[in-house]
Amino acid sequence: MPEKDFEIIDHTADVGIIAYGADMRQAFVNAARALFSLITELDDVEEVLHRDIELTALGEEDLLVEWLNELIYQFDTESVIFRRFDIIHLDSTQLKARSYGEKVDSSKHKLKTGVKAATYHMLKIDKGDGCKVQVLFDI
Amino acid sequence: MPAPWQEILKKIDDYRWEIPPSYKQGMSVPGLIFASESMLNHIWQEQVFQQVANVAFLPGIVHRSLAMPDIHWGYGFPIGGVAATRIKDGVVSPGGVGFDINCGVRLVRTNLTEDEVRPKIEQLVSELFINIPSGVGSEGKIRTSEKELNEVMVKGSRWAMEKGYGQAEDIIVTEESGCMKGANPDKVSSKAKKRGIPQLGTLGSGNHFVEVEVVDELYDRDAAKAMGIEDLGQVLLLIHTGSRGFGHQVCTDYVALLGEAVKRYGISLPDRQLACAPINSPEGQDYLAAMSSAANYAWTNRQFIVHWARESFAKVFGKSQQELGMRQIYDVCHNVAKIEEYTIDGKKQTLCVHRKGATRAFPAGHPDIPDVYQGIGQPVLIPGDMGRCSYVALGTDIAMKESFGSTCHGAGRVQSRAAAKRSLRGADVAKALAARGITVKTGSIASLAEEASEAYKDVSEVVDITHKAGISRKVARAKPIGVIKG
Repeated sequence: MPEKDFEIIDHTADVGIIAYGADMRQAFVNAARALFSLITELDDVEEVLHRDIELTALGEEDLLVEWLNELIYQFDTESVIFRRFDIIHLDSTQLKARSYGEKVDSSKHKLKTGVKAATYHMLKIDKGDGCKVQVLFDI
Repeated sequence: MPAPWQEILKKIDDYRWEIPPSYKQGMSVPGLIFASESMLNHIWQEQVFQQVANVAFLPGIVHRSLAMPDIHWGYGFPIGGVAATRIKDGVVSPGGVGFDINCGVRLVRTNLTEDEVRPKIEQLVSELFINIPSGVGSEGKIRTSEKELNEVMVKGSRWAMEKGYGQAEDIIVTEESGCMKGANPDKVSSKAKKRGIPQLGTLGSGNHFVEVEVVDELYDRDAAKAMGIEDLGQVLLLIHTGSRGFGHQVCTDYVALLGEAVKRYGISLPDRQLACAPINSPEGQDYLAAMSSAANYAWTNRQFIVHWARESFAKVFGKSQQELGMRQIYDVCHNVAKIEEYTIDGKKQTLCVHRKGATRAFPAGHPDIPDVYQGIGQPVLIPGDMGRCSYVALGTDIAMKESFGSTCHGAGRVQSRAAAKRSLRGADVAKALAARGITVKTGSIASLAEEASEAYKDVSEVVDITHKAGISRKVARAKPIGVIKG
């Protein structure tokens, strides 16, 4: 298992991420952290509020895309940046999670990149030694 | 040693290269790339051939899966891709439009010259930056209710016009008169509406911009004059933005919905992001109604922005918009799917033309272009990167015959955002631009590096290929002197 939680991969037009975890739950958490690390510096974000997400999807890959798209939606509509994620339940079709963070404060958060959506292109979930997930974002 | 692509592509002429259907099993038509030989070396590295070939799998695709010279690796469809599908048995794919539905470009002329604007450029750029909300997560000055947002979706540009934003003539010189028919707010999710409400009247981030530019080359003085571009040194205003989070959510929703439809209709695809549904199915019709709603949102958005940009000019130069001659030249979109008629193999066919990072380029005499341009053809607006230049071109008959009335849409990236950031610092990019006489104001200096010239193909090379291939023809070139970016 690599030591890092996630890495950013190059794509000409957009940005991809690879997130690692001991299991799928942890990889999904790290994918969400990778997403918000594209938007801002996670170190500048404090945990002052939380939001709950409950999702049902057709399979694990769909669940990953929908989880990230739900977080993008919450950022875009409520201006909330999350830094910590607690996945309470995860199986192959359902996800229940609580995300912790705060509202964007332009005096302390430098917003770097606007993320339009998570895509299905190059989408991968590898469960071998631990779990590795790959997602491409349109930015 | 020959480049690996030489074994795959069949050369038709110096600017046309075919990907034969034997390249990948499942292609129902060949691919066709408009490019020069030197450009292909780069395209090959990006493996966009695969994406052009994948689009050729779409049920009902006719003629060719096309790639413009600014082609680059996208998700599902390549960016710079054009695909037309038969209405009667073809599909529509949200991935063939993209997340930023009706991302597009609007160009406005002025009576001002470079000599008049240069001394006030800092002030002008600052005023534009204050007046036009921009940046990641920016919220607009326009407050709409959901009921009003529904009206925006149905009316498009006219909605903003009725509220006093813009000049009546703007609508005449906007593709589709700023309003696509068939929009239906009931087909748009409440999530998309919630994302759309606060973002109406915002520029956004990434490669979106408002640019003050100076005409520095004229290739066809008569055609330029017909557009209101009279001479070298004349100042123009260029706006590039789209449908913001509203369009992104519409695409997100329908890629997921049509992903399920693919299974229902037994369609086999090589990439999930190509999710699609028969045009004549309920799912296909629903997507087109939602996409049209987002396209109309984008035109309304550009209508607000052009108004604030004109106000900024009026304030800085102490003259009215009319005295400044700030007439819109054209507004054209480059991410959209449209129902259009073409003659294929001698037969008239109604097709759904997907343009993803491609600009409509209709010729003189086409019934869908405004009266003022009937004699010269539709203006094609091609922005470059912020350090080089942009072009005004015209649609042609060859485009109608070969590329479904389409041409390129911009420079096209050659370097990923991450790679650009690794090799360049935003502050250095700003300095380099300043040294070239370009004033830039941005909400995020760090992300400026992502949009540096080095990250893009040279737009001049791209436009030359479309010109020489004949799918659009050059009229004027302009260089930026002031830019605001999100």
